[in-house]
Amino acid sequence: MNEESTAVDIAPRNPQQALPGDNSTAAPPGAYDIERIRADFPILKQKVYGKPLVYLDNGASAQKPQHVLDAMNEAYETYYSNVHRGVHWTSQASTESFEGSRKKVAAFLNAASENEIIFTRGATEAINLVAASWGGANLNPGDEVILSHMEHHSNIVPWQILRQQKGIELKIVPIDDDGNFLFDEYEKMLSEKTKMVAVTHVSNALGTIVPVEDVIRLAHDKGALVLLDGCQAVPHMAVDVQALDADFYVFSGHKLYGPTGIGVLWGREDLLNAMPPYQSGGDMISSVTFEKTTFKKSPHRFEAGTPAIVEAIGLGAALDYVGAIGLGNISAHEQGVLQYASERLQAVEGLRIIGQAREKASIVSFVIDGIHAHDLGTFVDRAGVAVRVGHHCAQPVMERYGIAATARASFGLYNTRNEVDVLTDALTDAKEFFG
Amino acid sequence: MFDELRDLYQEVILDHGKSPRNFRHLENATCLAHGNNPICGDMLVVYLTLDDDGRITDVAFQGEGCAISMASASMMTEILKGKTRDEAKRLYEGFHDMCTKDGFDLSELGDFDEDAIDRLTMLSGVREFPIRVKCATLAWHTMQAAVDGEQEISTE
Repeated sequence: MNEESTAVDIAPRNPQQALPGDNSTAAPPGAYDIERIRADFPILKQKVYGKPLVYLDNGASAQKPQHVLDAMNEAYETYYSNVHRGVHWTSQASTESFEGSRKKVAAFLNAASENEIIFTRGATEAINLVAASWGGANLNPGDEVILSHMEHHSNIVPWQILRQQKGIELKIVPIDDDGNFLFDEYEKMLSEKTKMVAVTHVSNALGTIVPVEDVIRLAHDKGALVLLDGCQAVPHMAVDVQALDADFYVFSGHKLYGPTGIGVLWGREDLLNAMPPYQSGGDMISSVTFEKTTFKKSPHRFEAGTPAIVEAIGLGAALDYVGAIGLGNISAHEQGVLQYASERLQAVEGLRIIGQAREKASIVSFVIDGIHAHDLGTFVDRAGVAVRVGHHCAQPVMERYGIAATARASFGLYNTRNEVDVLTDALTDAKEFFG
Repeated sequence: MFDELRDLYQEVILDHGKSPRNFRHLENATCLAHGNNPICGDMLVVYLTLDDDGRITDVAFQGEGCAISMASASMMTEILKGKTRDEAKRLYEGFHDMCTKDGFDLSELGDFDEDAIDRLTMLSGVREFPIRVKCATLAWHTMQAAVDGEQEISTE
């Protein structure tokens, strides 16, 4: 790693001297040095159609800093092996690095214990795990699960399948025209029948930050548990699961500058240890005979088979990277870009921002009169701008606004006001082009 | 930048996209199908009236989608009127090949109206935009499904 071009000072590890997984992070830089941060992301030097890449699709997946790429390469090149099994050096080194990532995730969420951190393929698998394992064991016909109108399909469909299997009811908290979670309606929905409230922390389609502290407090008053989908929250704000008093929290690694194929389920340890296994096989058992198998406790109970070892290590490196910059600094930077983008975009004739909640993460969904989102997406792509167009896997949100699709710019820690200008100019050109 | 995009979005396409022809419900349709592209949310319904000889006496569509999908549906309805079931199928296959294979010449399909073929050929620009091929072919898949007696199709 080239120290000159690295904004975040994280010392490279040398496996000859120490086992990996214990690297500490240096103090965050004083000012938000956007140019140095951008230099940490090799892909941002890429040109598309001869123009600088303007990557505004972070809500779908974020780019990876060199630090993450190096950590993953280093693992494969110097100490890779399967985990939790071998007596040999590489297996011990891999296990320490892998389990070190679990500790990093625990610290990142301020979990009470790393035993509460379960590695999954992504947030989708994490939600499916809770729905199948906790829901399968604890829900009965007539029990109610509350979702919001802003959920990603991954926090709708697992509960619908559970509804088919268990005869539970789903209740949907509506949103207002600005995309605010209607808290009064939520309060009215809660009853003794409510067993689970599964809501997004931040809406992927609208950017709305849901007032989850209050959601959790009221749910707990009724004895219901709360699962938060944190995919769009963790890249933008510090999350403390103990302060929130949440029961389950899920997120995916790849939206947090880590690799794909790795995600996290955090759950309260007492809940997790009372839940039956989700998948079964190796690495999750205490003992197996043909008569009886006993299962390990969390997290291993829920991690059957060989896990995504190097992806978990990459996620740990991503957390180091984000932590070294500081989520407070990231949030302040992104909120500045969000405010600038909202102002500039609103000045484009015929453009309407979908989702203007009181509190938003750095996501702007929009439509332009007379131009379909797909045509906008193709047009700005030729200006080097990557935005998401479509329903964002949140069709109920689209239906709520009576639209088929939006274009969405979602900003990450490396985006700049200059990039907002490139997007705005491309949209203005699109207006002229499509007439 | 505009030049490359102009290959995809020719004026005629933009015109059909903005003011699609035969954009209406067909009261006396003998067959219809719903088409949708779940990836982008495009949805349309194609209505056809076939006479006893299997000739298309009327064709119309309704729906919502991008300029490419609307223009393609509009142009399709223009060329299909008066064609037999078999001719419609040849056009469907020819159009699909044009959108997906390099160097395919729609005019080699034979005895179809030259102007209508020329207009369809304008959509060949989607070849350079692979993600948009499904936008162009959605209406044609839906039409073929309707003629084959299927009610619903989905392109993914």
